[in-house]
Amino acid sequence: MSTSTTSTPSTSATRSAGPWLNAWRHVRRDKAAMAALFVLVLVILVCIAAPFYASSIAHTDAFTSNVNGTYVVDGQTKPVLEASTEGLGLGVNPIGPTWTSQFFLGADNQGRDVMARMLYGGRNSLMIGFVSAVICCVLAGFVGIVAGYFGRAVDAVLSRALDVMWAFPVYLLAICLSVVLINSSVTIGPVTLNSGSIILPILIIGIVYVPYVARPIRGQVLSLREREFVQAAVGAGAPDSRLLRREILPNVLPTLIVFLPLMTAINMLTESALSFLSIGVQPPDASWGTIINDGVGLLYTRPMVAIAPGIMLAVTAVALNLLGDGVRDALDPKARLRGAV
Amino acid sequence: MWRFAGKRALAAILVLFAISVLVFLIFFATPGVDPAARIAGRNASQETLAQVRQSFGLDQPIWVQYGVMMRHLFIDRDLTSFVNRGAEVIPQVTQAIPVTLSLVIGAAVIWVVLALVMGVAATAFRGTAIDPIIVVLGVIGVSLPVYWLGEVVNLITQSRLHDTIFAWVPPLGYAPLSDGFASWSLHLLFPWLTLAVLYAGIYARVLRSEMVGAMNEDYVRMARAKGIGEWRVLIRHALRTSLISVVSLFGLDFGALIGGAALLTEVVFGLQGIGKLTYDSLQNFDLPVILACVLYAAFFVVLANFIVDLLYAWLDPRVRNV
Repeated sequence: MSTSTTSTPSTSATRSAGPWLNAWRHVRRDKAAMAALFVLVLVILVCIAAPFYASSIAHTDAFTSNVNGTYVVDGQTKPVLEASTEGLGLGVNPIGPTWTSQFFLGADNQGRDVMARMLYGGRNSLMIGFVSAVICCVLAGFVGIVAGYFGRAVDAVLSRALDVMWAFPVYLLAICLSVVLINSSVTIGPVTLNSGSIILPILIIGIVYVPYVARPIRGQVLSLREREFVQAAVGAGAPDSRLLRREILPNVLPTLIVFLPLMTAINMLTESALSFLSIGVQPPDASWGTIINDGVGLLYTRPMVAIAPGIMLAVTAVALNLLGDGVRDALDPKARLRGAV
Repeated sequence: MWRFAGKRALAAILVLFAISVLVFLIFFATPGVDPAARIAGRNASQETLAQVRQSFGLDQPIWVQYGVMMRHLFIDRDLTSFVNRGAEVIPQVTQAIPVTLSLVIGAAVIWVVLALVMGVAATAFRGTAIDPIIVVLGVIGVSLPVYWLGEVVNLITQSRLHDTIFAWVPPLGYAPLSDGFASWSLHLLFPWLTLAVLYAGIYARVLRSEMVGAMNEDYVRMARAKGIGEWRVLIRHALRTSLISVVSLFGLDFGALIGGAALLTEVVFGLQGIGKLTYDSLQNFDLPVILACVLYAAFFVVLANFIVDLLYAWLDPRVRNV
């Protein structure tokens, strides 16, 4: 009868907090997820500050080769690249980590500051990972909802298409697409993508993982359709558009959001692998994968070039995965991701 | 069971066909890309281009082109590279298959054994230090770039500590099994471990969560009530039903590894498998080889999925009726 019996002195709100605020409170109590979020924000801020680091701290340009550059150490001017004295003496030895503002992590084989490149590369890695995860979740949400909601022939066609993509090894699919597209400009309708455009890896990675998200979404929509509240809306004469917008989508959205950090981590790793194989981000642009690739040739003499971006990548991926686990616990504890977990 | 196997086999063949069409379309029908120039490689002469067009029937309708390509690949098996002039593609692929299989099967044995031991131990000693170890290993497994881990392993075993504790590690590369088991396994040891580390944790985690769930089921209570020892309940009753989800996960990962995910490991450790072959042909843009590698890899993926489906139906008879 009266609402006064349920109200407590400290709350003035008459409505409950709502699912999103509740989920956020749940995540905030999760120590691992909050630590992960902190690390993630730190990584993002540091990478955003890349131009500032390059111009004001390292005083360098991270994208032009600096083969004849010099560096002052203990009052002596030394070249950034020294002829190798080992083996046949053919290669060059860039300076190693100085642990000071200039060449903090040393230089790569073109004399460029690795630390500055790593920060710039992080911008690309993070951006590609996140944008492609958004593309993947939006596409997968659309395909999964349409297949699960409309059923019959629509479902049959979409599900078979997803099955084929599912059976196709992700890396091979990405490699096929990259090989064909990356070295020539592509014109699709009015849009022309230049060769080496960063949009290509984003689209490729976004598309190849669609089945991983779309299949669970489809299953969820199938079971949602049978639920009482959806059937009640159907009985009340709600049209498809209203059912999809008001009943199905709000119930699928949490699952898509749970997938977002996990897919971002997976996509960043995929991007770095493609870049490592030199079919992802194209020079002079950098990403953590391309820098690791640069570092492979210097592995035994200047290991920091390959190790440092790998650590950044691993730390970011761990943070995203922990955050993803926390978000899942908060929003959708029964979600079955990564196969069976 | 046979009906089920037949149905799955038919589905597998259909998927293979669809994949071959998809790969073909990607390479031959992408708008704005001339397939002849792709096949001939960089800076090909006009004569080479004309030769490619003739050899692959590129002036004919697209389904004829598809047929010609599949004949070169699977029936005549005479596809030749235009970049490495005249090099036959199919023998290269068949030579590479044992290397990839050696790498993936060995790694799979290690990670499955590790996961079983850790998963069962974590269930038996719930709430002890084993739990967080598995969680950490699992997160690391899905977060580490495998090629980077491989490079770090190389740095340690081939360079930094090669003069001391890792002096017994042979140089990078593959030694065939016919040269002796010891040499074969020694060459593959670190590639195996690198791959296994990435999968062991997540498998142990899946197994643990399934087994902990199973330990609360009625049939486990029943087994205990009959007076069966705790370890026997764990292994004979809880483990068997929990294996089902591990098997389905395994099928996906094993197939994906054979069909390309092992590529990075092969490249880093210099193993001349399908992945390394794909990588090398990527470097000099040798499209016939890439095409052959992708289709042969897809074949193994579909085969692995098929075997897993059968295994799954054998473990859980309810699946057969779906």
